[in-house]
Amino acid sequence: MEVKSKNHAMLSNYEVLGLLKDIQAGRGQKKPNKFQTNLATITYETIKCLENWPCAHHTPSGLSAAMKALAPYGLTAAEKLQLINLCPSSAVEIQLIVEESEERLSETQIEELLDLLATHIPGPDTQNEQAEEEEEEEEDQGDAYDVTDASA
Amino acid sequence: MFVLVQMKDTVRISPHLFHLDSMDAIRESLNVKFANKVVYNVGLCIALWDIEKVEDSYIFPGDGATHTNVHFRYVVFRPFVDEILVGRIKSCSKDGLHVSVGFFDDIVIPSDSLQHPSKFNEQEQLWSWEYEAPDEGSVDLPMDIGGDIRFRVVDETFVDTTPSCPDDTLSMPPPSSGPSSSTNPVPVSDPTAKKAPYTLVGSISEMGLGMLSWWKPG
Repeated sequence: MEVKSKNHAMLSNYEVLGLLKDIQAGRGQKKPNKFQTNLATITYETIKCLENWPCAHHTPSGLSAAMKALAPYGLTAAEKLQLINLCPSSAVEIQLIVEESEERLSETQIEELLDLLATHIPGPDTQNEQAEEEEEEEEDQGDAYDVTDASA
Repeated sequence: MFVLVQMKDTVRISPHLFHLDSMDAIRESLNVKFANKVVYNVGLCIALWDIEKVEDSYIFPGDGATHTNVHFRYVVFRPFVDEILVGRIKSCSKDGLHVSVGFFDDIVIPSDSLQHPSKFNEQEQLWSWEYEAPDEGSVDLPMDIGGDIRFRVVDETFVDTTPSCPDDTLSMPPPSSGPSSSTNPVPVSDPTAKKAPYTLVGSISEMGLGMLSWWKPG
């Protein structure tokens, strides 16, 4: 085995959750069979963990809008990734994530960051989020219907 | 926290898997080999992301299996140093806290990286932060087991756990002169074998770090 690039790209929690859910549902990659107990274990445990984190409520459109909105603040890629993964809700969390935030961001900018994160990638208790979840549920049901059709 | 790692490996596919689609067989064997394993100096492997390139397969004399060089990308848990993570306290001891993020348990927060000043309650076996509130004097903020905790990654250690030369047997006590000494003693539990291959060291000695409940606004 040879490692060609140790840090080829950073992934957001949302992308990892998507991949693992696909694996569990047998989309793209096959479902773990009885020989792949390790994959089944890590998939189950990671999904269980990620579903309690903010990434469970993200949407692709919300994330890309948030990335665009974060662009003008001069943050590094790692800082933006952490902002999206952790969805901070208070100024003290932003000061932790952004290095030397006192010099790089003003207080109003920190407030703006909190606002834009709250609008683009809202938490679980927002109305439009619920609507999107319902859409997803409908899609899931559609998938289930396809499967039964195929097996019939 | 998660990264994509580009790797290249020779995949052996035994003849009993030839009825499968070759890509499926390659995916399966890569996941069997790497999923939920720590690769030295890389991190904890989670799942295959995609296959970039599959080279020609070879069959060697005396072996019916095919050997294929595969270039692929794997999802790996490897938080960078200085990253902020949220985990759950698994246990406490005098040496510090043991934190888990669900799928990864080997995170330690040593006692000198806790909020200052912190003290250890011997009776309850819990750490607590003696916060000096500006108007009420000192308040004890406990770090309960099972509570969510936000910490900064300050260090990472990889331990090579591949079997090495049997130098460990040298440090073993000489076989006793009992009746069992006639057979070679087999070490039942090697203390070094339990060593975690990948350990993260965290710190909560900063504003905003520690139990999530401490920093909730309002």
